[in-house]
This record gives sequence, C-alpha cells and structure tokens, in this order.
Amino acid sequence: MTTDVSPYHRKDLLTIGDLDREEILHILDNAKPFKDLFTRSVKKVPTLRGKTVLNLFYEPSTRTRTSFEIAAKRLSADVTNFAVSTSSVVKGESILDTIDTLQAMQVDYIIVRHSVSGVPEYIARHTHASVLNAGDGHHAHPTQALLDAFTFREVYPDMTGKRIVVAGDILHSRVARSVFEIMHLLGVEVATFGPATLVPRTIPSYVRILHSFEEVFEFDPHVLYLLRLQLERQKANFFPSMREYHNRYGVTTERFKTLRERGTWVMHPGPVNRGVELVDDVMTYERTLINHQVENGIATRMAILYHLTPQEPKRLPLPEEIRA
Amino acid sequence: MHEKKVMDAGAVKSAIQSLAAEIHAAHGDRPLAFVGIHTRGVPLADRLVRELRYRRDHIEQGTLDISLYRDDLDNLAALPTIEGSDIPFEVEGASILLCDDVLFTGRTIRAAINVLLDYGRPERIELAVLADRGHRELPIAATYAGITVPTRKEDYLRVHFKETDGEDRVIHYQSETS
Repeated sequence: MTTDVSPYHRKDLLTIGDLDREEILHILDNAKPFKDLFTRSVKKVPTLRGKTVLNLFYEPSTRTRTSFEIAAKRLSADVTNFAVSTSSVVKGESILDTIDTLQAMQVDYIIVRHSVSGVPEYIARHTHASVLNAGDGHHAHPTQALLDAFTFREVYPDMTGKRIVVAGDILHSRVARSVFEIMHLLGVEVATFGPATLVPRTIPSYVRILHSFEEVFEFDPHVLYLLRLQLERQKANFFPSMREYHNRYGVTTERFKTLRERGTWVMHPGPVNRGVELVDDVMTYERTLINHQVENGIATRMAILYHLTPQEPKRLPLPEEIRA
Repeated sequence: MHEKKVMDAGAVKSAIQSLAAEIHAAHGDRPLAFVGIHTRGVPLADRLVRELRYRRDHIEQGTLDISLYRDDLDNLAALPTIEGSDIPFEVEGASILLCDDVLFTGRTIRAAINVLLDYGRPERIELAVLADRGHRELPIAATYAGITVPTRKEDYLRVHFKETDGEDRVIHYQSETS
C-alpha cells in the first residue's frame, strides 16, 4: 500500500546535517514532479497561494536569490526582497529587531544569506516563519547541496559507490562542506583536491585528500565538482597567481581531453571564472551539468519550500488600554 | 465503528464493466483520454481502459496528482507525498474522462479540474467514479457512477483495489448511531 502522507514536520532547513538519508531522498523524490511542471503550459501550482516568502540577503547574490524567487512564485507565493543595503540594517538595526519587524508583517518563509555562520539558525529560533539557509559564512549552503544531489541522481539514479571529487577553494566554501555531507550520506565516495593552503585541516575524515590532478585521475571520479575560486577572498596570498592556480588546479585543455575520453561529468555551482577553474571548452562539453544545476535548483527549492511547515503565527498582544 | 461490506470482488468487477459500457455508449469511438486521480483513481482508469481497449481506438491515458492543488494544505496534520502527474497527451482540445474511486465533497475533483486546465483547454471533462457517497460541498456531479451509497457525513467509505490494497472490495465504516 502506498503511503499517503509525509512523516516529516520540519520548520527550518539550516544544514544538511539536520537531515538523514531518508529525508534527503524524500525531498529529492518530491523535486522530480516539480521539475515536470516546467514543461506544462502553466508552470505554476497554487500550493503556497496566500503565503509570503521573504528573501533576506545580507550578502550580494543574484543567482540564488533569483532561483528562490522563481521557485516561490511557481508555488504561487508572494515574494518580497528585503534589500539589506538600502534597509535599516545600514542604519544600525540589529538582526533581532529586523526579525521582530518581519514577524509583525506575518511572513511565512524567510530565506537568509549572511556572511556570518550561524545567523540563519539564530533567526530561526526567533521566528514562527520557516527559515531556509541560503548560505551562511563558510558554514553551510544546504539548498545548493540538495540541488547538486538531485542533479547527480538524474545521471546516476543509484549513487551508492559512485565517486566525486570536489576541487578548488575548500577553505572558503560553504558549498563544499554541504556537498561533502550530502554525498557522503547518499553513499558517494568523496575526495577533494585544491591548494594545500585552501584545504582546511577540519575537513571530515571520510573525505579523501588528493594532491595532484594525477591523483584525481587515479581516483577516477564519476563527477568532477569544480568550486568557484572566490576572487574577492584571495587577498591573503593562498597561491601565487591565477595562472599558477589554473595550471595546477584548473581543468586545462589537456586535462579536459582526459575528462572527455573518460566521460567524466562536470558540475560547478556558478558563476564560473573561465580560464581559472576551467577552460572555455568545458562550458560546451556535453557532460557539463552546470545549466542543469540551475534548472534543478528551482525544482529542488520548490520541493524544499513544500517540505517545510511554518509554525502558527502568534498575534501580537494589544496593550491593555486598547484591549479594554 | 460498524463495518459493512458494500461490494465484493464480483460486484466491483461488474460495476466497472457497466461503467465501461456506459462510457462506450456515450462516446463510441471518438477520442477519449482516461485520467486517473492518485491513488485509487489510477487503477480504476486502468481497468476501464482494459475493458474498452478492444472496442475502441484512440485511447489516451494519464495520471493526476492533486496534492499541490489541495485547498486544505494548512489544515492537514501531515503533507501529502507527491506522486507527480503524467499527462502524455495534448490536453488542448481533448475529451477527458477523470476517474476516481469515491465521489464525496467534490473538492478533489475541483482540484483535478484545476490541474488539467493548467495543462491546456480541454474540449470537455467528464467524471467516472466507482462509488458516489453524497455530501457534496461544491456543485459537482459524476457523469458515470458505479454505485450510489447513502452515508452519513462522518462515515468512511473505503474502496480497495487489488493493485493498491491486495483485494477488490468496498467497505462502509458507519459511525455509531447516537
């Protein structure tokens, strides 16, 4: 007999570590029917009609914010962008005061990005709304990891025993942390590769550390996951130059040839620095999944919004004299 | 709760056969798409198609998941799991026969009609159900109904199909009379 209801009552999505394998697979399974909607003449469903989704981005982001915005709109929610650079935050308002304000506006879902790890969790504790972590500091980016797992699973429906190499700047990457976690939970063998200065010692013990592209080819991953070199975070001389980085850690024309021969799939969370992480040719390679990741991002985020349940909002108590 | 068997396997079979005959009489060989509503509308659509396969050409078939279109998501204790819809034919201009096991408040059918309209503009939509138990909350009626079961609103009427529940039967769970 088929089960008719989901056993989960989750308010927030803060890190992959909050989820177990079953819940992850449940979300990924649900993302598929959402993706199927994209081929219909009307791409919208009325599921979140009358609900309000707020994008609260303390860090600039166009892709993730837009992806969430489209996901929420396809669920018929009303979406508001809280532009932090023009808001009272600039005037010195504390996060908690901002949350109280949003709480009073009866927002149902808050999508948070912040440069400090732990801020989404802090916000989640102080609001009835469902909080979705859209990236906090170097800590976590769970929706990216879920859409990556969804994309991986489209290529390899059984992920167990498959291999992935996450390459690049691991130190500054919340994406890497979340991708490690989700791939490990789904039975994928995980390895990483990058400049020694950018591979932190705090890496989980199940992640194998590779030291050269020869070792990457020896590991023979099904998917090579390239991280964006965060140019804005490279002021501390972690490596000599961009050219040096490309030659040692990037996908050069020659390495691309090997990848193509082996049919290795390439993923990247975007935006891509052409000529740094990879050469131009990779962008048109038939096994580059970058654009699929973008499309799957919308479907996966729809499934995540559907998966979460905001708490019942509490009415603000009126002051005594008005109540009487 | 008092349990009463309304239909056994034989009764289910003959009800589906007469539904098929009725549908055939109304439509002849004109194109018709059979769309089952998850969960137990799907086996009903399957069986109607099986009955009619040799009597007509032009059979299209699909399934519909209405969970994203429910009007009571806020009141549910748990979220429905999504099965996904599979509509492998052009809805624009099609004649569609929605199939479901039980017709009750009419809200499921309202949602199903909305889903179909988001795929395109069908020429017409009809409804076939195995059992109509009354208590409509919307102005919706079955075009073809296997049986009509008088029920009280707080009763349950459960259709079991071999495909989903291991056995064909219809059970009426009656609330105690006060």
